Amino acid sequence: MSSEPVISVRGARATLGSRSVLRGIDLAVGRGEVVALLGANGSGKSTAVRSVIGQVPLTDGRIELFGTELRRFRQWARVGYVPQRTTAASGVPATVREVVSAGRLSRARFGLPSRGDRAAVQRAIELVGLGERAKDSVSALSGGQHQRVLIARALAAEPELLIMDEPMAGVDLASQEVLAGTLREQVAAGTTVLLVLHELGPLEPLIDRAVVLRDGCVVHDGPPPEAVGQHALPGHDHVHPHAADEPLRTGLLT
Amino acid sequence: MILEMLDSPFMQRALLAALLVGITAPAVGIYLVQRRQALMGDGIGHVAMTGVGLGFLMSTNPIWMATLVSVLGAVLMELIRTYGRTRGDIALAMLFYGGMAGGVLLIELSDTGSTANLTTYLFGSLSTVSEQDVIAIVLLAAFVVLVSLGLRRQLFAVSQDEEFARVTGLPVRALNLLVAVTAAVTVSVAMRVVGLLLVSALMVVPVAAAQQISRSFKATYALSVAIGVTVAVAGTTTSYYQDVPPGATIVMLAIAVFVVLTALATPLARRRARTLEVSGANGSQCAVEMPGTRRPGDDVKV
Repeated sequence: MSSEPVISVRGARATLGSRSVLRGIDLAVGRGEVVALLGANGSGKSTAVRSVIGQVPLTDGRIELFGTELRRFRQWARVGYVPQRTTAASGVPATVREVVSAGRLSRARFGLPSRGDRAAVQRAIELVGLGERAKDSVSALSGGQHQRVLIARALAAEPELLIMDEPMAGVDLASQEVLAGTLREQVAAGTTVLLVLHELGPLEPLIDRAVVLRDGCVVHDGPPPEAVGQHALPGHDHVHPHAADEPLRTGLLT
Repeated sequence: MILEMLDSPFMQRALLAALLVGITAPAVGIYLVQRRQALMGDGIGHVAMTGVGLGFLMSTNPIWMATLVSVLGAVLMELIRTYGRTRGDIALAMLFYGGMAGGVLLIELSDTGSTANLTTYLFGSLSTVSEQDVIAIVLLAAFVVLVSLGLRRQLFAVSQDEEFARVTGLPVRALNLLVAVTAAVTVSVAMRVVGLLLVSALMVVPVAAAQQISRSFKATYALSVAIGVTVAVAGTTTSYYQDVPPGATIVMLAIAVFVVLTALATPLARRRARTLEVSGANGSQCAVEMPGTRRPGDDVKV
C-alpha cells in the first residue's frame, strides 16, 4: 500500500459509559485505499469511525489524519463525513441544495459562498443523481434519496478522504447501485474511503481491504471475504479461513 | 384615525418595538424549531423573570437586567444540554421554576415593584414602553438580526446536523452558545411588547405557520419574519383601538395565520404536484426492468 497513511489508528481504546467499546484497535488506511469496517451490531465499528473524526474521545491510543495528530488536525475540508442517519431532514423544511451546501462550509467557513462553491454543490448533487430534485424539500424524498443527500453533502467539499457510517442502511438495491456508481467515480479520482458496512453488497468490487471487528478488537485485516452466490446476501455468515475454529459473524442477523 | 394613532409618541414607541419584535423573534425561533428546541424560548422567559425582579430591586432598567439574567440562564441551559447527559430535563425544570419563583420573590422585596408591575412584563403592555426601553430594544434587536442573518449558513448547518457540523470544523460549541445568547436577548426584546409568558409563541408560531407552505429554509425564514412583523404590528394596532393586551392579541393573530396556512397547505401541494406532472418531471414509469433475480434455494444458513 501507499507509504503515507491517510488514517492511522494505534492502540485505540474507548469507553461508552462504563462499557469498553474499543479495546486496542490498530488501523491504517493508505492513500487511495478503500477499506470496509465490518462486524456485528455492537462490535465497535461506528465507535471506531466516530473516534477517527474526533466525535468519540479515546481513553488511550493515538489517531492521526494525514499525518497530523487528531487533536491538532484542522484541515477538515479534506475529510467528507457521512453520518449514520435515516433522514437528512430537521425541524424546518430545507431543500436538497440547502442541505448539501452545508457540506461546503468546511472550505468557506465564514463569508459568502463564491461561484466556485455553488458549482461544487451543484456537482455534488448531480453526482448522486438528484440534479432534478435540487430545489425540492428533503422531507419529500425517499429513504434512499435521503442517504444520497447525505453523501452529496460530504462530497460538496471535494474531500480527499470519505468516511461513511453505513451509507447503505435502509437503501433499496436501485439506490445502492447509484451510490456504488458515485463511489466508483470518487475512488477512480483517487479518493480514500473508510466505510462501515453490514454487508458488502454492490460495493464489494470496490473494496481493497476489509477490517473485521468483534467486541472492540480487530479480528481480521485483509482482503474482503469473497462474495459468491449467497455470500453477498444479508444475514449470511462470513466464515473466513483465518478463523478456523470459530466462525466470524458479520451479518445482520447473526 | 390612523394618523392620530401615529401621532401619539407612546404608540410610535410601541409600534417600533412591535416591528422589531416581529422581526427578531421568528429570526431566532427558526433555529430553535430546526433543532427541535421550540420550547427553549419559554424556559428563557421564565428565567428572565428573575432578571425583571432584580431590576426592580436594584432600581435599574428591568430590560437590561432581564437580558443579563436570561443570557446567563440560556448559557446554563446550553451547558446542561451539552454536558449533562442524565437528568438534563430535571435540571432544566429547576431552572425554569426557580427563575419564575425568583422573579416573584425579588419584585415583592423591592420598594417600587409589586406583582401588579410584574403583570405588564408577563403579558406585555404598550403604554409602559418608555424611551429608554426603546433604545434598549433597538440595540438588542440589531444584535439579534446581525447574528441570525449574518451567520445563517453556519447556524443552519449546526442546527441541521450538529455532528456533521463539527466534522466540517465549524466552532459548534461557540455557535450553540451564540444561539442560546441570541434567544435570550430576543426574549428581553420581546418582553415589553408580547410579555414573557408569550415570547416563545412569537418565536415558534410564525415559523410553524410558514413551514406549512414552504419547501426551503430560505422561504421559511423570509415568510416567518413577514408573518411575525404583520401580526406584531396588527396586534399592537388592535390593542390601541380595543382595550386588549397586545401580547395576547399578537399571539392569537399568529395562531390564526397558522390555521389559515395549514388549511391552504393541502390544495397548494396538490397544485404543485399537478404542475410537476404536466411538465413531465414526474413522468410515471410503471414498467421498470428489475435487476437480477435469483431462485429460491430452500436452505437457510445462518
